[in-house]
Amino acid sequence: MRPCAVVRQALVMGLDMIAICDHNSAENVASFMGAGSKEGLTVLPGMEVTSKEEIHLLALFNRQEDCMALQDLIYRNLPGENVEEVFGSQTIVNEKDEATGSTRKMLIGATLLPVERIVSVVGSLGGVTIASHIDRQAFSLLGQLGFIPEGMDLDGLEISPRTSEEEARGRFHSYRRFSFVRFSDAHYLEDIGKSFTHFLLEKTTSEEVKKALHRQEGRKVLEQ
Amino acid sequence: MDLPKTGSEQEERNSVLTLSDLVKSFGLKIEAGKDRLHEEVTGGYASDLLSDVIAHSRKGNVWITIQTHPNIVAVATMKELSGIILTGGRQPEAETIQKAEQEGIPILASPLFTFEMVGRLYQIGIAGMSPC
Repeated sequence: MRPCAVVRQALVMGLDMIAICDHNSAENVASFMGAGSKEGLTVLPGMEVTSKEEIHLLALFNRQEDCMALQDLIYRNLPGENVEEVFGSQTIVNEKDEATGSTRKMLIGATLLPVERIVSVVGSLGGVTIASHIDRQAFSLLGQLGFIPEGMDLDGLEISPRTSEEEARGRFHSYRRFSFVRFSDAHYLEDIGKSFTHFLLEKTTSEEVKKALHRQEGRKVLEQ
Repeated sequence: MDLPKTGSEQEERNSVLTLSDLVKSFGLKIEAGKDRLHEEVTGGYASDLLSDVIAHSRKGNVWITIQTHPNIVAVATMKELSGIILTGGRQPEAETIQKAEQEGIPILASPLFTFEMVGRLYQIGIAGMSPC
């Protein structure tokens, strides 16, 4: 997707903050952050990382360099080369929506890193870790591992748009110690903002999101 | 024409199989739980999604998987499985071995890939169960 188009659509949908989370890559975050800052939309640099167990984890940061540090680790632990005819192109764009290159890493693949390692690295880089779409069987923490391992330092759990808030509360009652969030996981412009989370924050940063997820200092996730 | 015998038909002819028999028959490497190999194997289940194993495996089953995360031990304990066979030459993580020793869950390993391992188990009389 193109940065200016994404930013415009997010503003049309009334969002204050979005995160760019490509699979196992952050090569496009700078362009989207640039496009966002011109229009007054906060764009957090992020990534959706695939662990060794094929679990998807969202990592959100404030600073681009922290996200790139994660990408360095991911790229060192991500085997394979992309086959464009099969998986499509992996285009890198600038903030004017122009394609400037592509990445050869096989981003659809799984890293060699255990899920706990990813959670701890993201934490040590000051980021936020959220287990993606836990209501789905495919590539989710609960699908792959059956339950959330003891002592895992996750900041929150994401429920996909296909499960309602009420259903999620029932199904995941035993995990209510974690905050639940809902994101659109938009892969196309028209999906942006279809699902979102209301946070009560002082400002739109990943640190504030982290506080809200842990219900600290008055920050919180508001019920829909 | 004679149909090939199913695993369960063969099982009736064979005596009770234990993990120890599997170790001997297939040269499995014992990664954990060497004192618990006398348990009877009631059947088999093969899957790498732990939520699926929780849903469908039965007590006493041997579980064939490539998943090496420590949670495999918890699932095997909860479902009272006889043991786990890791395929494709996968090594369990250190914490997985430690938990398996604590819980008394045998972990065995084979360089064979899952399809081949399951086929050989079936041949000696370890059956799966039909979906109900």
